[in-house]
Amino acid sequence: MKKIFLRGAIAFATVLLMTGIPVLADDAETIEEVTEVVTIDSGNVAWMLTSSALVLMMTAPGLALFYGGLVRKKNILGVMMQCVFLMGMMSVIWAICGYSLAFGGTNPYFGNFDHLFLKGIIPSAELSMEASVDGMIFTVFQGMFFIITPALICGAFAERMKFSTMCVYSALWGVLIYCPIAHWVWADSGWLCEWNEAALFPALDFAGGTVVHISSGCSALVCAILVGKRLGFGQEPMPPHNLTYTTIGAALLWVGWFGFNAGSALAANAFAVNAFVATHMAAAAGVVAWAGAEWVKRGKPSILGACSGAVAGLVCITPAAGAVNPIHGLILGFIAGIGCFFACTTLKNHFGYDDSLDAFGVHGVGGTIGALLVGVFATVHITGGRVGLLEGNPGQMVNQVVSIAASAALGIIGSFILLKILDATMGLRVSQDEERQGLDLSQHDEEGYIFL
Amino acid sequence: MQKIEAIIRHYKLEDVKAALTDKGIIGMTVSEVRGFGRQRGHKEQYRGAEYTVDFLPKIRLEIVLNDDQVPTAIEAITESAKTGRVGDGKIFVSPIDEVIRIRTGEAGGEAI
Repeated sequence: MKKIFLRGAIAFATVLLMTGIPVLADDAETIEEVTEVVTIDSGNVAWMLTSSALVLMMTAPGLALFYGGLVRKKNILGVMMQCVFLMGMMSVIWAICGYSLAFGGTNPYFGNFDHLFLKGIIPSAELSMEASVDGMIFTVFQGMFFIITPALICGAFAERMKFSTMCVYSALWGVLIYCPIAHWVWADSGWLCEWNEAALFPALDFAGGTVVHISSGCSALVCAILVGKRLGFGQEPMPPHNLTYTTIGAALLWVGWFGFNAGSALAANAFAVNAFVATHMAAAAGVVAWAGAEWVKRGKPSILGACSGAVAGLVCITPAAGAVNPIHGLILGFIAGIGCFFACTTLKNHFGYDDSLDAFGVHGVGGTIGALLVGVFATVHITGGRVGLLEGNPGQMVNQVVSIAASAALGIIGSFILLKILDATMGLRVSQDEERQGLDLSQHDEEGYIFL
Repeated sequence: MQKIEAIIRHYKLEDVKAALTDKGIIGMTVSEVRGFGRQRGHKEQYRGAEYTVDFLPKIRLEIVLNDDQVPTAIEAITESAKTGRVGDGKIFVSPIDEVIRIRTGEAGGEAI
């Protein structure tokens, strides 16, 4: 194993030396040329840099605490390490080839290699979606999405996945599944891109209902099934070990989501304000709906239910924040809160798969509800053009369904193939002894809680 | 010398401490423990997954006393920790061979 890593590192360094240095030299000239002609709008730049930082905060500490509190205490570092390591690894991949594969070129289905090693990516204020997307701010903002999306999947295989396999899976998943879907939906030439006049099925996906949540949620379901249940699932108690962490994490996700959704306006404008408020309303309605459903069904509302409801509402409004008003946001959040509650309790228990932290139940189901409902509620007052079913455009529902099916299909089929290959080569799970010992000790030689 | 080990409810700790100090008994060691007797556990639900938690949180209080103080202490604990419902806890009394104060090296009853 060590030899493979060493050989990989040498090959990587060689590629970097051969291609990276000339690229840097090229860029030095381009920056000077371009900064002379582009006027920088300081308001937009300030908001987009803030949003990028907020989205990074969603992965860690947000998701790391949210997921960390839900596992047993022997696995908390295992989960947190997955989040933090992905912050590093996915950023490296994004810079080397991810951005280029997602946003390069004019093919409707795939990116290209024009921007390898961020070639041609320069600091500029050109942020509007219709204009060039070559701005460095757009690159880093989108890079933060590239980090959190595979991190969401970690909830499905928590407490049992081998760390090395998780790394390889996430890297390949990012390049082979995330980048194409991001290209379809958000690259100017994508076949599902809302503002691409030549798009086959222009779908509304403002901040990543399909690209982030359906892709990761559906892949998570495949992971949960192929990796298999945790040892003792259904027999031993596996309660969350620290719901205070989970609550803090959920609150950080809520705040970070303002960057995720309002930042997806790519400017500090009215679009961003509407997305911000709609996002907040959806989260709020999600809390009330999920905790309320528990209250009715079992007599008591729970803090975990309230937190899960907030995240479900946020997931659901993600594709819609740029197309619906805040009151629609309330409706979406409410439906997602109820829908995800049933997905995580009734549906999961019925089929018996071990989606340990409900990555599919919240992100797959919530994302699908949102991507469908934006086709219902999209209003001309917000979009300024494309409308949904209620305003007389039933065809938009077709586009939404196609975008959902396409991203779900690539997520499911792609993950299935990747996991089958990894199962045969590296193995997906830690050994039974290692699983009983916990991932903290078996994967990292560390403990989350030490008695001194 | 005797050791009194009392397993009591969490929220009764302050009452028990006050009752003991009122009787002039000072010095005790307290730890958080888990266990079950006749009370058995309760159910917890997390996103629809239901678990029966058998081991309930309790407080264990340890005091070492000279023989003559033992009945007073037992009475104080029994009165202050009692609610009359299942789960009030138990008191265990056992003999102690020796007590040494680390600072001075004193031994026996004087060291308590």
